[in-house]
Amino acid sequence: MISVENISKNFGRLKALNGVNLQLSPGRSYALIGPNGSGKTTLIKCILGLVVPTSGDILFDGKSTLGDWRYRERIGYMPQIGRYPENMRIGQLIDMMKNIRKPTQDTDEELIEAFGLDRMMDKRMHALSGGTRQKVSAALAFLFDAPVLILDEPTAGLDPVSVEILKEKVLREKRLGRLIVISSHILSDLEDLTSDVIYMYEGKIQFDDTIEALKRDTNESKLSKAIATLVRQRELIHSVID
Amino acid sequence: MTRIVRYIFIDILRTRFTMLYTLFLLVSTFALFHLDSDPGKVVLSLLNVVLMVVPLVSIVFTTIHFFNSYEFIELMLAQPVARRVVFLGEYMAVAFSLCSAFLVGAGVPLLMFGGGPGAWTLLFSGLMLTLVFVSLAFLSSVLTRDKAKAIGIALLFWFYFSLIYDGLLLWIIYSFADYPLEKVTLALIAFNPVDLARIVMLLQLDISALMGYTGAFYKNFFGSNSGILFSAGILVIWVLTPLWIALRVFTRKDL
Repeated sequence: MISVENISKNFGRLKALNGVNLQLSPGRSYALIGPNGSGKTTLIKCILGLVVPTSGDILFDGKSTLGDWRYRERIGYMPQIGRYPENMRIGQLIDMMKNIRKPTQDTDEELIEAFGLDRMMDKRMHALSGGTRQKVSAALAFLFDAPVLILDEPTAGLDPVSVEILKEKVLREKRLGRLIVISSHILSDLEDLTSDVIYMYEGKIQFDDTIEALKRDTNESKLSKAIATLVRQRELIHSVID
Repeated sequence: MTRIVRYIFIDILRTRFTMLYTLFLLVSTFALFHLDSDPGKVVLSLLNVVLMVVPLVSIVFTTIHFFNSYEFIELMLAQPVARRVVFLGEYMAVAFSLCSAFLVGAGVPLLMFGGGPGAWTLLFSGLMLTLVFVSLAFLSSVLTRDKAKAIGIALLFWFYFSLIYDGLLLWIIYSFADYPLEKVTLALIAFNPVDLARIVMLLQLDISALMGYTGAFYKNFFGSNSGILFSAGILVIWVLTPLWIALRVFTRKDL
């Protein structure tokens, strides 16, 4: 559905992405992991068209996304930091988003109700806690039944109950055959939600396969252990090559 | 796009900054009317406020607002919408709110006390200067990713047009005083929106005699219909050019 073809992105001398190739298909959910500054957010921003790659192309259903914006009708995005205009009400924000996207079918308001946002539609953004703002971001991402969901650090800052609500929602969407990309540092959350692992390091994809394959390769039963082992293996290989 | 503009507009109107700005204009206009009973003189005193404060407030507020809305702009751009729409929506929302703050703050007392035709020209120049400096602020905001740098560029624009340019102009006129400079200075004034607004105002207030022969020349030029059209047209160019460059940069920019 989305194919990333050999994209590179340079910010001045820094190579944020260095020849990244990826195939993302519907019905699968991907855990995008890697240390800080490994290029995860840049990759997500490239897919969303917020960052223009220096070279390479990104195809959405076989059509190039560069210079196009219509393909984003089919992407729901939850940003890492949700900052909204201070004096805007939750209701106004949701109304504005609906106006931008002009949904053809009914919107999915399940999360708005599950998070109790429907009772605070008149609250202004500056009066909300960081966690509540995060809930607003999540509700917006799921509002339009988008076939592709991109969630950047979705559970950071949420209380345990809300994390469970969000995880159940992701699982339901996964069963509906959506393509889901989740970037997170909380590996225990990812283990239940995702089927594939994409591990990035220094702007390159180091590993891209299913979680089972990763566990088999590393001989570990838990995702967090498996990734730690993967990182150690790679470091060993790099030190030998260097 | 109308709903983007409407909600951001409402949001900005409720910020403390716009309220204080409106209040400041209201208080200073009322105070000037109480100090002096001649509306012509009040308009002249207000002119200085309009020429210094309005550009400064417009350019600094817009730049800060742009960077405070950065994450929100990103979220809007992740939706199926062209960058142009988001950018122009932001521009209109900011421009409308600053213009309405100016109209309420300076316009209401001016029309209450009746400032004559001078008041209308003053309001027109104030609104045009607001639009020009909001455009320049958007330009400085898209030129860099760093908020502090952007505010620096914005302040530089303000210093240049409010203070430095006048100094340069005076220096040129003084150095070439032996030559007939009327047409040259007329052209040079067009390169500074603040000067343009000032000259139009001074001519409107009929104190151009203070400017001697040059004043008479300007009076002859700006007093005519073509002169008014010329100055209004140049101010419109001053609004559109920075906005157009900023839009071009923004549509290609990494966020």
